[in-house]
Amino acid sequence: MAVKRAALGQRDELLRMSHVEKTFRGDVVALRNMNLTVNQGDFISLLGPSGCGKSTALRLIAGLMRPTSGQIAWSGGQGEGDLGVVFQEPTLMPWATVKYNVWLPYRLRGKSYNSVKDEVLYALKLVGLEKFQNAYPRELSGGMKMRVSIARAMVTQPRLILMDEPFAALDEITRHKLNNDLLELRERIGCTVIFVTHSVFESVFLSDRIVVMAARPGRVIRELEVDTPYPRDEAFRTSAEYAEHARLASDALHQAIEVAA
Amino acid sequence: MTQVDTSPILDAEEEARARRDQILKLARWTLPSLVLILAIGAWQAYVTLAEVPHYILPSPALIAETMIKDWGILWPAMVITGRLTLIALVMAVIGGVGLAVAFTQSKWVEMSLFPYAVVLQVTPVVAIAPLLQIYVDSAFVAALLCAWIVAFFPILSNTTIGLKSADHNLQDLFSIYGATGWQRLRYLTAPSALPFFLGGLKIAGGLALIGAVVAEFVIGRAGTGLGLASTLLEASYRFNFGRLYAALILISAMGVLVFALMSLISHLCLYRWHESALKRE
Repeated sequence: MAVKRAALGQRDELLRMSHVEKTFRGDVVALRNMNLTVNQGDFISLLGPSGCGKSTALRLIAGLMRPTSGQIAWSGGQGEGDLGVVFQEPTLMPWATVKYNVWLPYRLRGKSYNSVKDEVLYALKLVGLEKFQNAYPRELSGGMKMRVSIARAMVTQPRLILMDEPFAALDEITRHKLNNDLLELRERIGCTVIFVTHSVFESVFLSDRIVVMAARPGRVIRELEVDTPYPRDEAFRTSAEYAEHARLASDALHQAIEVAA
Repeated sequence: MTQVDTSPILDAEEEARARRDQILKLARWTLPSLVLILAIGAWQAYVTLAEVPHYILPSPALIAETMIKDWGILWPAMVITGRLTLIALVMAVIGGVGLAVAFTQSKWVEMSLFPYAVVLQVTPVVAIAPLLQIYVDSAFVAALLCAWIVAFFPILSNTTIGLKSADHNLQDLFSIYGATGWQRLRYLTAPSALPFFLGGLKIAGGLALIGAVVAEFVIGRAGTGLGLASTLLEASYRFNFGRLYAALILISAMGVLVFALMSLISHLCLYRWHESALKRE
């Protein structure tokens, strides 16, 4: 039951960043003139070396900081529960069970657990953890904690999910598995994702748009499209197409590192 | 409740480990008990054989006898000291937590008041007690204030640190979801502070008793006859060393009881999720 998704270039606009700049302490330019249009159904990777402002861009979109200049506008305005976030760490509350952790976004909107129980359990089912709903985070492995974090981010069915290097701290086997599962999940619920990573391979495997950024000052230097249709599976990782996209992204990333150096 | 029989295959090393664990478990209780019995025995033997007069060192038998004989005096005194300790502790929790929450809600409040909380803490309570005795009519209330001053600071300082130690990403998450100040306190910073607060509570429990005892020594001296510590002091004036030791043992027992109670509360709050309560595999 794959979600219908319009082809790249024909999608409705969800969010637009225009001429966004962010300067810290008056002189450190974290982000210079960033323009990015996020469309419904996009899976966008922000790829770049550390210090390129990709996390800053994410925090700006999340509303945790205001841009020094420029605008970030949601089409139709931003409503409650439009945004889900996954951090590099699972960021779960250790004193709450798995289901209560996933309940959090609703709880903060004043909804009782019982009134959203179905949504919470459905989100847990999607990440394959309904059996662990009553477990405490400490009883779970690193990968499972990340799944809970993902379930929490999408339980309200947000229009946009932001992921800040969510799998960077996991081992490669777990990371591959979670990459596969994330794509499968997206096929089922059709969410829009902005995914920050410094891994070329991860960005090619996951996204249909890769935004390559350079550091000092942080800025966008290239945008690539990965037009391989979804669903993508393990076979895609070894295809010539994948290798070609990885080469292009890799070249762009090297260019990003060189212009910065 | 060993698990030895339920596991089908147990190699020699595991078996040795299981045996060792069992012996350790047993020794944890038997060894200190043995030390206690030996010490009391040696004490009794020394007093009897060396014919030490009871006003220098009473024998354990005499102390036990006094404890029973004077129970009518000791028990009411113990109730008073116990009440003093517990009320001071409850007030310390209310004051300490309340002020800590105020500190974390407003930097201005913290900057204005924290130095004075420190001054209150570093000034020896023995030096304050005589003043309180002058300004406060009731000896009980004056003693209560002393015990409260001593017990309050560890709760304030621990809870303040705890409230500030919530995970930063979770703080961000709460901002993204538009949490109100009250929601943030209730669902994030208060649970984060709980282990710190309970650590402070354990210290404060012991300090409340010490504060109560010190206050009784200083305030209860004028024959106002407060609790166990006053009884102890009075007994020393009368060279009633049997009663003195009996009171001392009861104060000690109260200290142990308060500590055990605080440890139990801490365990009940944390055992399901906090690192400190976890058994390593």
